[in-house]
Amino acid sequence: MNLTLEVWRQENSTTPGGFVTYTVRDISPDASFLEMLDVLNDDLVRKGEEPVAFDHDCREGICGSCGIMIDGRAHGPQKGVATCELRMRCFNDGDRIVVEPFRAKPFPVIRDLIVDRTSFDRIIQSGGFVSVKTGGAPDANAIPIAKNAVDEAFDAATCIGCGACVAACKNGSASLFVAAKVSHLALLPQGQAERDTRVVSMVAKMDLEGFGSCSNTYACEAECPKEISVSNIARMNREYLRFNLITQK
Amino acid sequence: MALESRIPSGPIEKQWDAHRFNLKLVNPANKRKYHVIVVGTGLAGASAAASLADLGYHVTAFSYHESPRRAHSIAAQGGINAPKNYSNDGDSAWRLFYDTVKGGDYRAREANVYRLAQVSGNIIDQCVAQGVPFAREYGGLLDNRSFGGAQVSRTFYARGQTGQQLLLGAYSQLSRHIGAGTVKFHDRREMVELVLVSGRARGIVVRNLVTGALEKYSANAVILATGGYGNAFYLSTMAKASNATAIWRAHKKGAYFANACYTQIHPTCIPVSGDYQSKLTLMSESLRNDGRIWIPKKKDDSRSPEDIPEEERDYYLERLYPSFGNLVPRDVASRRAKEMCDKGLGVGPTKTAVYLDFKDAIDRNGKGWIEEKYGNLFDMYHEITGEDPYSTPMRIYPAVHYTMGGLWVDYNLMSTIPGMFVLGEANFSDHGANRLGASALMQGLADGYFIIPYTIGDYLATTTFDPVDESHVEFAGALEAAQGLTERLLAIQGSRTVDDFHRALGKTMWENVGMGRNKEGLKSAIDSIRKLRDEFWQDVRVVGSVNGLHNEVERAGRVVDFLELGEFMARDALHREESCGGHFREEHQTADGEALRNDKDFSYVAAWEFGGDGREPKLHKEPLTFEYVKPAQRSYK
Ligand SMILES: Cc1cc2nc3c(=O)[nH]c(=O)nc-3n(C[C@H](O)[C@H](O)[C@H](O)COP(=O)(O)OP(=O)(O)OC[C@H]3O[C@@H](n4cnc5c(N)ncnc54)[C@H](O)[C@@H]3O)c2cc1C
Ligand code: FES
Repeated sequence: MNLTLEVWRQENSTTPGGFVTYTVRDISPDASFLEMLDVLNDDLVRKGEEPVAFDHDCREGICGSCGIMIDGRAHGPQKGVATCELRMRCFNDGDRIVVEPFRAKPFPVIRDLIVDRTSFDRIIQSGGFVSVKTGGAPDANAIPIAKNAVDEAFDAATCIGCGACVAACKNGSASLFVAAKVSHLALLPQGQAERDTRVVSMVAKMDLEGFGSCSNTYACEAECPKEISVSNIARMNREYLRFNLITQK
Repeated sequence: MALESRIPSGPIEKQWDAHRFNLKLVNPANKRKYHVIVVGTGLAGASAAASLADLGYHVTAFSYHESPRRAHSIAAQGGINAPKNYSNDGDSAWRLFYDTVKGGDYRAREANVYRLAQVSGNIIDQCVAQGVPFAREYGGLLDNRSFGGAQVSRTFYARGQTGQQLLLGAYSQLSRHIGAGTVKFHDRREMVELVLVSGRARGIVVRNLVTGALEKYSANAVILATGGYGNAFYLSTMAKASNATAIWRAHKKGAYFANACYTQIHPTCIPVSGDYQSKLTLMSESLRNDGRIWIPKKKDDSRSPEDIPEEERDYYLERLYPSFGNLVPRDVASRRAKEMCDKGLGVGPTKTAVYLDFKDAIDRNGKGWIEEKYGNLFDMYHEITGEDPYSTPMRIYPAVHYTMGGLWVDYNLMSTIPGMFVLGEANFSDHGANRLGASALMQGLADGYFIIPYTIGDYLATTTFDPVDESHVEFAGALEAAQGLTERLLAIQGSRTVDDFHRALGKTMWENVGMGRNKEGLKSAIDSIRKLRDEFWQDVRVVGSVNGLHNEVERAGRVVDFLELGEFMARDALHREESCGGHFREEHQTADGEALRNDKDFSYVAAWEFGGDGREPKLHKEPLTFEYVKPAQRSYK
């Protein structure tokens, strides 16, 4: 396959960026999108030019490092996959593809396609955990947990923290990301003791980091590589309300 | 320097308790005064950093990743072992200990393995308390499965994403501390130098991968939890950035490197399909429970697999190992696949693959049953290859997966450099010459949650520390060395890319230091790697500069180390004149092609001391004695 790419190039967070056009040739349809970018970078390096910087590591859809806007869609046209899992057979020979970073105010561009998503980590640091010190945990089977509860918690916990939900949302909301963590822990008995403080601190932190608010467009669910359900957002809202109505007098 | 393994005396089941009692404690009020650096925040590093902060130590952690959650541990699929005996099938710490020593082909330290088996149950308790959603049965209790040919069900799992869930658990605890200010975390920082003062580890120099700046950090002790070095082979199931820089540079500063040649090659991976390929993908071992491995009996059989009749197929594992069949251990399955392909019996466009066929299982149990069990793996296979494994057999081939070797550590997990500890895949302990499935997650978390918190206290409590900070002259020296290396690389301005060299190294390693090794091949590998290294220093072209984020500069630094480590691995393999576990020397095999150990001459840990640039390393032997599990030839017939 031969393709034309419009790639966002930006040297660092303080200099303005812009699109540069490249062509790549003889791409195997079995190659992944990132392997196609490897070919482009190999060409650039051989010419002594700076390669296109992008984040990646596991290349099997689990670490959440990769994240590219491809033709205006987070992780590209295929449903339920991360950029590293997207195969070139989803495109046609001769296509022109627009390649950009995930854009959102709380995700400043570091270089080219790499953005800084540590705002996600700071949200987790504000409450996305159960406070248990090492040692002294009761036997793992001491508290039975219904299979469907644990399965539902697991579905929420599969979030890879890639930021596609934010990039896909016109408001730049992190609601799906936060809701996935809130749900995961709210559904388990271990998460109960800190249930109220958790949701309140995480939501406050999300606002503080500059993420927008949710207006229920469901774009996040559509683009999530792990297909995390928006019903988690409803659960997060209930958790928040519960705190306001019941706990806080 | 003589190797002091510090294995406690007494009956093995009491050793760890007695040792813990004998370790000196740091007064709670003083813990804050001790500063510990943790390099790497995968399972081993994140669990260590959080546990040390729980105790009150002053902890600073580093990772080249953007977030601890992106560490390579996230990719582990199958599960984590613990002998809870929830399945009531006769499991115990003793049995896990026995299986691990035997599985490691009698090349691991008994005392360490016993301790690992002993603490592993606590790991599961700890993870459940953190909210790790392990699979459960309808009654609400935890589910276990049998994994990697084990005869008991002791593997805890979270669908095919166990590593992810365990790492998110450890990450959540680390995050709790970062949020509270009790751990300082520096992301996108790569350790490039270890700093020694008066022979003790007192700090590190890191490269800030965003700005390019070199930064100095001092401490009372340094923990390396930087993962495995399988990417010396270029293609592996490791994450792309996984590298050996931290351990290799520490080795060059005096830490002995043990058993470098023990590499695990996993039998069920998606085969290489083209030159563009950047990494290999693992297909979980569990597939061998229901899939049958075969090849056509006839060479260059161009028929599609469905058209090859039953009597013209060779189910070679079932034929060679009637009792274990397709479930033989990883090293055996991998080696046999290579043997068949070397004979020209391989399948697929490149002829380096064998079939893994689910037709019988589908006929027997229905497609829905397979879908329920392996749906996500089948989808992944389909995604990558474009073929539908429900209707045509998968094609699989072995790939580099795990490195059992690593920096030598004593029973306290301290390296030969006082004050430098090594955890997780980065150290050599516990797995011997072959690792059993679901044991790496167990070891990383045992090291981080339940061993280092005790043993580091003893070092801190019994050492008198000179006041040292970043202004010490040793820091300036280390920083200069790191700066000099980058400048040298940038100045070469040659004609070949960093990746060219890495691929060339990988090819040599795979052909000569891979599944089958022999004297001639190893010698030629040493020569060609040396030559490649010379070429690298004359002809590499590194695009970038000392300032700012430059992926090529990052990679070049890592490849420099792989080019040295690769030769070193070949040397270790050359010296070990026996076959054991993942180390198969073709000269040493039984008449029917099984690994032939030489216990008389090689029952030791080979711990190598760095000999100086371009010079041969010096061998130190830690004898291995087996008091509880008597060495025997492994048999799976
Ligand atoms: C595909 C796959 C599946 C697996 N499945 C299983 C399984 O089912 N069960 C099992 O038990 N094991 C499994 N393993 C093995 C297991 O996942 C690993 O051995 C284990 O997770 C390693 O953990 P770690 O903490 O030692 O290292 P890692 O998770 O690799 O973490 C290394 C850390 O060190 C950091 N780092 C490295 N170098 C530097 C440096 N120079 N400076 C700063 N930071 C640095 C990295 O950023 C990272 O944070 C699997 C492995 C693979 C590849
Ligand atoms: S590279 Fe890890 S999810 Fe894509």
